Amino acid sequence: MQDIFFYIFAALTLLCGALVIANPVSRNPVTSAMFLVLTILSLAGLFVLLHAFFLAAVQVLVYAGAVIVLFLFVIMLLDLKEEEQRRIKLVMGVLGVLSVGCIAWILIRTIQFVHPAGRLATVRLDGSARALGHLLFTDFALPFELVSLILLVAMIGAILLSKKDLR
Amino acid sequence: MNAVGLPHYLMVSALLFSLGLLGVIVRRNVLVIYMSLELMLNAGNLALVAVSRFNNNLNGQIMVFFIITVAAAEVAVGLALIVALYRRRQTTHVEDLTSLKL
Repeated sequence: MQDIFFYIFAALTLLCGALVIANPVSRNPVTSAMFLVLTILSLAGLFVLLHAFFLAAVQVLVYAGAVIVLFLFVIMLLDLKEEEQRRIKLVMGVLGVLSVGCIAWILIRTIQFVHPAGRLATVRLDGSARALGHLLFTDFALPFELVSLILLVAMIGAILLSKKDLR
Repeated sequence: MNAVGLPHYLMVSALLFSLGLLGVIVRRNVLVIYMSLELMLNAGNLALVAVSRFNNNLNGQIMVFFIITVAAAEVAVGLALIVALYRRRQTTHVEDLTSLKL
């Protein structure tokens, strides 16, 4: 049963990921953002299959909620009507597909060669908010505080950068 | 078909990463390139969560938690940069942004 869900979510993730970068119907960035939402939601499904429940919730809240809304907000703000017409140059497209195909082949062959079995221990790993929170506030307390500093700096930076007269 | 294990998840992660890389290389719109970057980050997250699950160790999930936080901060700053760029140059097309070219 879980295997079927894995294949469904994996196929959804890859299909929507492909539609983010190259949509045959529309080249509007809004469609890309919408398919990015679907990719992220199916990734959250994969996280649930991996027993990472808290991360699945965070994925939906932070990515599908905050990040995509920010993307859509900027896309609508910029009003990119005439950008759609330009074509991708054929040579560049072919070269890009070729080089990325080589890299993907290397990655996949490495995974097949190493064959990371991983031991699925009988003790079920629970990625609940309780377990993660306990770890965050004991072993990882310092990185946790530092990350709040990063968020503060990012907030100040974003405000400063979007000022009208950027000097 | 054998049971779904770590290699399956890593394979999905590798393919998703390649898709993101392809988007960064092929697409010419800064916003779509940025979305492809998010795809690559998510592929890394998936690999970390899968390895964490199959080695029975929560540290990978903590790492993913930090990655998600930093990615949110990065998106905020990056989109502010794109808006500032658009205000000055009226474009989000990377081929028009050549003022650093010698």
